[in-house]
Amino acid sequence: MNVFRFMLHNHEQVLELTLEHLRLVGFSTLLAMLIGIPLGIGIAHWPRFNKPVLATANIIQTIPSLALFGFLLPVPWLGARADRLAILALTLYALLPIIRNTYTGIRGVDAAVVEAARGMGLTESQLLFQVELPLAVSVILSGVRVAVVISVGLATIAAAIGAGGLGEFIFRGLAMVDDRVILAGAIPAALLALLADFGVGWLERRLQPR
Amino acid sequence: MQPAATSPVIEFLDVSYRVADTQVLSGFNLQVYGGETLVLLGRSGSGKTTSLKLVNRLLTPTSGDIRVKGLSNKDADLIRLRRGIGYVIQDVGLFPHFTIERNIGLVPKIEGWPEERIRVRVQELLQTVGLEPGIASRYPHQLSGGQRQRVGVARALAADPEILLMDEPFGALDPLTRDELQREFLLLQQRLHKTVVFVTHDLREALRLGSRIALMEAGRLVTVLAPEDFLRSTDPLAAAYIRAFGEGLESAANRGTS
Ligand SMILES: Nc1ncnc2c1ncn2[C@@H]1O[C@H](COP(=O)(O)OP(=O)(O)O)[C@@H](O)[C@H]1O
Ligand SMILES: [Mg+2]
Repeated sequence: MNVFRFMLHNHEQVLELTLEHLRLVGFSTLLAMLIGIPLGIGIAHWPRFNKPVLATANIIQTIPSLALFGFLLPVPWLGARADRLAILALTLYALLPIIRNTYTGIRGVDAAVVEAARGMGLTESQLLFQVELPLAVSVILSGVRVAVVISVGLATIAAAIGAGGLGEFIFRGLAMVDDRVILAGAIPAALLALLADFGVGWLERRLQPR
Repeated sequence: MQPAATSPVIEFLDVSYRVADTQVLSGFNLQVYGGETLVLLGRSGSGKTTSLKLVNRLLTPTSGDIRVKGLSNKDADLIRLRRGIGYVIQDVGLFPHFTIERNIGLVPKIEGWPEERIRVRVQELLQTVGLEPGIASRYPHQLSGGQRQRVGVARALAADPEILLMDEPFGALDPLTRDELQREFLLLQQRLHKTVVFVTHDLREALRLGSRIALMEAGRLVTVLAPEDFLRSTDPLAAAYIRAFGEGLESAANRGTS
């Protein structure tokens, strides 16, 4: 197999680009969780903001990724470094599944359980941290899983603006019309996506409430 | 009960509650005295649940006032108020991710009781509600409906509140289990003398458990009567209830625990 001989021959670069890829996906997912989970909790408790927040996240998701990278390019601090820009763009894409699932997970907690908790005198934060979040955690994580899988794929496009990652092989291979080079980027990316899907899925099952 | 001699533990003072354009409660006045079991009886939609939720302030009245132990609910600390009131609902609402022990011990725990005292208290409560000690380590989904509601009662009693609010607690149980829990409730109440507000639409249950029955209809209090007087009442609504429930009510009203 030519592809694997090529990858073996360039294994240092494959490793380097894979790590770069992981860094883009890791940082952006973390940021999206830090923003998305509190937002999801927020709209679960103040349903008034539910529509505008979800609609905004939805609209962001519909912007073609190449266009979003392009839009963000002229922004001063961001545009200075391609990886910053890529992480921001990936974060924006990852928001929707995380916000939506956090919202769904918390709204899905049995109303009787919430009523009993309030009635027995739990504070709102005790209710959130001891009841709502533990019961919603597997739904939230399944949103994270979707976000990671999307990010792994989208992050290949970040190479177009020079942010690195496995997309470098793909774009180079396209320019060289060389399948081996394209696949040297595509195969590790696909494996990363599968691995992330499996890993978060495992965590999701581990944390599943009874 | 000597209503005149003592001051009420719970007092509704001209309470109204409306939501959107529905008048759910109007001109509601009621006193509940220490150690009695006051039953709110009425058809569904008559405002029973709303009345209960006004006591522990899951709802706030549109006008009027509710006093608990002499203190207006408006001035009470919400969390302290609720921790001093046990709350039991038909759907129980046990925490599915907690063991029975953690379910019952949650309020003591957040009140900062030491672990050992909580453990002892949980065992004591399991016995009180007629459950075997081994159940403590199980999860709610491993229990029958009757066992779950017993745990619900134990959880409400955990921090030894003076007041218990019970919203059709036995309504979802099969007749035999319901009968059993009603009997145990009477025994429990003979021992603990809590101030209980008990909601039901079942006249038989009201006669059996109540020291007084407050009859509600369309958000209004129709009349408050002792069980024996309820059976003799000339009030048309009370009479309609008695007709609907048919024969054999006298035996329910003599409050036997057999
Ligand atoms: N949030 C609400 N919005 C609209 N109507 C309500 C709301 N809460 C209660 N109601 C109405 O108030 C009435 C009394 O409700 P409730 O206190 O639950 O009665 P009960 O417990 O006696 O069945 C019902 O007709 C119900 O439809
Ligand atoms: Mg009700």
